[in-house]
Amino acid sequence: MNGSGFRAYKLAFLLPGLLILLAIILFPLIFTIRVSFSSWDAITPGLNNAGGINYAKLFGDVRYWQSLGRLSLMAVGTVLLQYLLGLGLALLVWREVKLRRFFRVLFLVPMMTTPVVMSVVWRTIFHESLGPANDLLGMVGLGPFQWLTSASTAIVSVMIVEVWQWTPFMFLLLLAGLLSLPREPYLAAAIDGAGPIRTFFNVTLPLLAPVSIGALIIRLIEASKIMETVYVLTSGGPGTATETTGYYIYIRGLRDFEIGYASALSITYLVIMIVALTIIAKLLVKVFIGERT
Amino acid sequence: MKVLLQLTSTCCLAAFALATPVRAEDGAIDYSKYGDYAVYGSAPDEPGACSYEAMAKKDYKGRTLKVISHAVPVIGEPTDLHAKQFHDLTGAEVDVVHIPFGDLYQRIMIPFQTHQAAYDVMFYPSLWIGDIHDFLAPVPDSYRDVSGMKDVTVNYRDVATWGDQMVQYPVDGDRHYLKVRADIFNNPDMQARYKKATGKDLRIPTTWEEYNDIAVFFSGWDWAGDGKPHFGSAEVTKRDDLMFSAFISRVAAYAKNPNVKGGFFFDLATMKPEINNPGWVKGLEMFIAAQKAFPPGGNNFGLGDEIFSFGGGQALMSYSWDDAFIQAMEKGSPIRNKVTAAPLPGSTQVWNRNTNSWDKFETPNAPPYITWGWTSAVNKTSKNQDVAFDFLCFFSNEANAELDLQIGRFGINPYRTKHFDPKFWQDKLGWDASVATSYVDTLSGMDKSNNRVFDLRVPGVNQFMSTLANGVAEAMAGQKTPQEALDGVAAQWTEIVNKIGPDKVRAAYANVVALEDQGR
Repeated sequence: MNGSGFRAYKLAFLLPGLLILLAIILFPLIFTIRVSFSSWDAITPGLNNAGGINYAKLFGDVRYWQSLGRLSLMAVGTVLLQYLLGLGLALLVWREVKLRRFFRVLFLVPMMTTPVVMSVVWRTIFHESLGPANDLLGMVGLGPFQWLTSASTAIVSVMIVEVWQWTPFMFLLLLAGLLSLPREPYLAAAIDGAGPIRTFFNVTLPLLAPVSIGALIIRLIEASKIMETVYVLTSGGPGTATETTGYYIYIRGLRDFEIGYASALSITYLVIMIVALTIIAKLLVKVFIGERT
Repeated sequence: MKVLLQLTSTCCLAAFALATPVRAEDGAIDYSKYGDYAVYGSAPDEPGACSYEAMAKKDYKGRTLKVISHAVPVIGEPTDLHAKQFHDLTGAEVDVVHIPFGDLYQRIMIPFQTHQAAYDVMFYPSLWIGDIHDFLAPVPDSYRDVSGMKDVTVNYRDVATWGDQMVQYPVDGDRHYLKVRADIFNNPDMQARYKKATGKDLRIPTTWEEYNDIAVFFSGWDWAGDGKPHFGSAEVTKRDDLMFSAFISRVAAYAKNPNVKGGFFFDLATMKPEINNPGWVKGLEMFIAAQKAFPPGGNNFGLGDEIFSFGGGQALMSYSWDDAFIQAMEKGSPIRNKVTAAPLPGSTQVWNRNTNSWDKFETPNAPPYITWGWTSAVNKTSKNQDVAFDFLCFFSNEANAELDLQIGRFGINPYRTKHFDPKFWQDKLGWDASVATSYVDTLSGMDKSNNRVFDLRVPGVNQFMSTLANGVAEAMAGQKTPQEALDGVAAQWTEIVNKIGPDKVRAAYANVVALEDQGR
């Protein structure tokens, strides 16, 4: 078989997969880009040519940029907390402990529940008249708190739900990472007389770095799409205090039916996210692995 | 042969009996065959083109009707129920798609815009008429002449009409009104306490100032005697959960001047938004001031929260659609027959944009707000318009409407003259005479007003209402002053008008103004 025949043969096998990839990934993206250059809304249907008017408009859209800032705070804050809690839980059940299997399953329960349903449950918990949160805190002399009706506490409430729901994901990945670590470095550390804290910082954490970076990036990508929790808990309020970019795009696109403008918002958001996450990934590599890369 | 004929006719009759929705022995209609509806009794099948009897004579076998409706239960459940009945009567297949409220607009709009006849029949909020009237088939004369349609009150015929054409088929009647705890207002001890504290008589508020004062006084203490703190006012305040309607209810008193024609939301002549004039700002200030009387979490109340706060006895007063009142009057409610209905409060000072001053009124100006309401329509491009209109005609026939009104979760509220008979509510639902009378008097009184407010039924209504709600929410949260917030909304409204085209918006808004300005 000559070289060109071999390439054609390979191409024939790859083509169906590539076409499917194009259809399900690239086509919606390209279509969204096309829509973003139209003024499609309730009054002007279809794909006309509006030039870059939507992109020009979004630069002056204060609500959009504020939502992006808010989202950054919420995403970075919740993912860091999830990492710390997930790592703590994973370390707890990594070694031989009683009821280890039970705890491993228990810690995963929040992740296995439907986000919208759990947001409704949390909205009930946070309900300032009927919910148990204020009742329970009242028993120890705390509160009552305006969980969903004060700007500062509402954002914390949304973050609590996000952390509760997605810490198990972090736990799962980090536990898998811990279970796959080689035993030899620990034996060497023990022979050298390293205590548990030194072993953790000098052996466990560096060895876990690739998994940590992967987990943080995956969660940051997911957290940057916070939507259901905000939708159910606060509808972006009070005022715009908890409005995230995803929720704002939903309002402009599906509620207000400004399809063209919402597409421009989405594409801009996508570009910002790609750039931001690339930078964050490089920073994480530097922090966790340092000069070794 | 005779035996064969007899056998055939017997079989046909049996098949007809099986296919026909259950009738009581007196020929009345009930829903017991279709679910847990037996408790709602029966209603007579009034003769006419939309009756069960008339529908049973139609043969739509092989025809399929595609219907889009709201999620169950509000309007979705009656759609399902009547679709099954219609199928049993006529043989038509009725495929009902249920869509959550947040997605309903785009699910209806995208097929329209892409020229697909995705649905023959649509159920949706009536204020979308400004966006979709071009896609709707006018209601044929034959259906406008049926007894049920002739009995629809003037407000709901107006709601269904675009220009001089009826393009929506009325199936519901909605409006905002005040609901209060009559047992507290009539309690001599409460009256004395209020008098002592404020020097004023405790009475059902006729102005928003009185409303706020009473609400604040009755907040944070146990006036119901059940050991829990209670509160003065439950209002719909969640930004994207119909809060704009609550705000407009409050604003109307200050900004809908009966002496000023030509627009409440805009000045029709110039299409300049009026939403930041002093009347609107005053309404927003009063809305913000009322927060002191909200239950905990009341700043984030959606419609469901408002319904259960008032309907569950937590709040003294509330205003919005019928649901909270109906909830309060459900069997088993702790405040059943302890409530009363009244018109929305008003104001003795009303902004006059022609003179740029406040007009004073001896009798408070209290414009009824005919807001929202579920409606239905037939797609202009539908190939099944005959079946579709028959379905809607059947859906809203007198017997069905009478039974649907009694099932609170259906979300169907009075819209025909015959629904405004106190005896109906007393006999069918066991309401006390005073409650039933206050209810029907309040609702029917709105039809007599010549200073009504309707929704902003223009193209892009969702954009207008969404920006309004956001501005109001920002002011409610203290992020902006009322004037700053409404100035911001006015700027955005101007931008939207310019984008859509001032002439296009003006032409649509003229229809709203015509309804609001026409006398009675």
